Amino acid sequence: MKLYNISLNNIKRRKAKIVFLLFGLLIGISTIVALLSVSESMGRDIEEKLNKFGANIVLMPKSDTLSLTYGGMTVGGVNLEIKEFNESDIPKIKEIKNSKNLGSVAPKILGITKLNNKDVLLMGVDFEKEVSLKSWWMIQGKIPEKANEIMVGNDVANVFKLSQGDTVKLGKIDYRITAVLGESGSSEDDIIIGDLKSFQKALNKEGKISMVEIAAFCRGCPISDMVLQIAEKFPDGKVTALKQSVMSKMQSVDTFKTFTFGIAVLVVIIGSLLVFVTMMGSVNERTREIGIFRAIGFRKAHVMQIILLEALVVGVLGGIIGYITGCLIAKVFIPLVMEGSSFAGLNYETSIIAIVLSVSLSIIASLYPAFKASNLDPSEALRAL
Amino acid sequence: MHLIEVNNISKIYNGKRTKVTAIKHMDFHIDDGEFVGIMGQSGSGKSTLLSIIGGLNKPSDGEVLIDTLDVYGLSSEQRTDLRSEYIGIIFQSFQLIPYLTVDENVKLPMAVAGIKEKKQKEMADSVIEKVGLSDKKTMLPDQLSGGEQERVAIARAIVNNPPILLADEPTGNLDSQTSSEIMDLLHDLNKKGQTVIMVTHNENMLKNATRIIRVQDGLCVN
Repeated sequence: MKLYNISLNNIKRRKAKIVFLLFGLLIGISTIVALLSVSESMGRDIEEKLNKFGANIVLMPKSDTLSLTYGGMTVGGVNLEIKEFNESDIPKIKEIKNSKNLGSVAPKILGITKLNNKDVLLMGVDFEKEVSLKSWWMIQGKIPEKANEIMVGNDVANVFKLSQGDTVKLGKIDYRITAVLGESGSSEDDIIIGDLKSFQKALNKEGKISMVEIAAFCRGCPISDMVLQIAEKFPDGKVTALKQSVMSKMQSVDTFKTFTFGIAVLVVIIGSLLVFVTMMGSVNERTREIGIFRAIGFRKAHVMQIILLEALVVGVLGGIIGYITGCLIAKVFIPLVMEGSSFAGLNYETSIIAIVLSVSLSIIASLYPAFKASNLDPSEALRAL
Repeated sequence: MHLIEVNNISKIYNGKRTKVTAIKHMDFHIDDGEFVGIMGQSGSGKSTLLSIIGGLNKPSDGEVLIDTLDVYGLSSEQRTDLRSEYIGIIFQSFQLIPYLTVDENVKLPMAVAGIKEKKQKEMADSVIEKVGLSDKKTMLPDQLSGGEQERVAIARAIVNNPPILLADEPTGNLDSQTSSEIMDLLHDLNKKGQTVIMVTHNENMLKNATRIIRVQDGLCVN
């Protein structure tokens, strides 16, 4: 017979009381788990939507000259001395410390060629990565799949009277137009977009990259750190963060986090009170029993151990059941409040948080009742006999 | 040297408006191996006297010595250890822990006495056999009759083999046949060397007592 046998037998054989105590914990823990899961899903949802607005980090070669363009208008000529990166260096971006926060990395080659004796700007891209970054593109036609397929900007199509299915000669290669981009009001209206490898060849820039657009997920990672990390990898490059986009992402997620935290604190307080009241009631009901323990030789510390051990076991049970219930609530609730979203699945970290929180709640709420019980004067307790 | 010395003790309960004197200047001693009965009407102060001797209820005045040790000169935790080592208590209405089996209830005092589990089993089996409940070890208290519950309470009180056994109305809730069996059991324990102090209001139960202390209105009347 050990002290823990007394605690475990009390839990095992007084199920109704323990179920009531568990119920208090269950409400608190399941609400917190459900809120965390909803917040996680909402955060993810917000982030995914915001990420559709495009890249938030741009890597370009360093230049000694200033850009003389404003609002798409070039004043005072174009700087034709364009520096480039080697394509083989681009994977270094994925080697930065915060690489897990990297989304799409879209390298591109830029260059000028002649079409019907007029200068046009070519942009070679990896279409899969580019399309994932430019969700606002209105592609009229089919995204190019082959090396000799291209799509043209709206103004290019108008100036050269081009449409889907036409063939054009760029340099020495014939290309078939599979799509025309709808008018966007941006510089993409004036360019011809094709396969990266094919345009590198057409521009005689094989193995070269003009710039890289990067989408970074920034929950819990400062974007400025990532900019520095990329800059370290590319000493000849200029890394720019599009702070506005990042700030709006962070703000939306942070606002929701604050809201969730506020609700969670409230629930924890209510849950603690419920557990405290139930524990106090349980201790008061056990006055007689505690009196017997003390009378037959149990020290104060022994009584405290019995009550706190019960709280520990109930806390662990409450954490596990509360976590499972919270996940089930989130699974049902998330698709109802966020169209197109779904429960992210069981999360190891959240389960640990749930159990630790439940145990802490149970033990903290039981400390005073346990202290009160252990300090019961045996003669007072035995008067209840 | 006496096993227990009760020196001029008084006990006053202070209520909000009234003072109740439960014990008035009691003075007696009990020797090793005695079977002492404390008799008196309801409210006479006999249970209070027993709780004072058991180190559970500090007297307002006077002292109680057990084996020359001043019980109330000790700290609360030291008194708890004294009870664990020296005193077995049989409470009125059995007072078993309802969620523990017969075996577990009997082992309770050993849970805090630092006795190894194997030894605990030997000692518990021995006393459970002594009180005739070997076939009911795994039962819960509410599955037992009143007499059987009383036997469990006795087994729990004697399992640590304490030199002093205090019994508060051990037959109060039992029929005469069962009461007689319980009294035989207590006398057996007394014959084997345990000092028994038993509170009762039924003189028939004290036929074989070595001494009777009669209590009336908080006073020893003989």
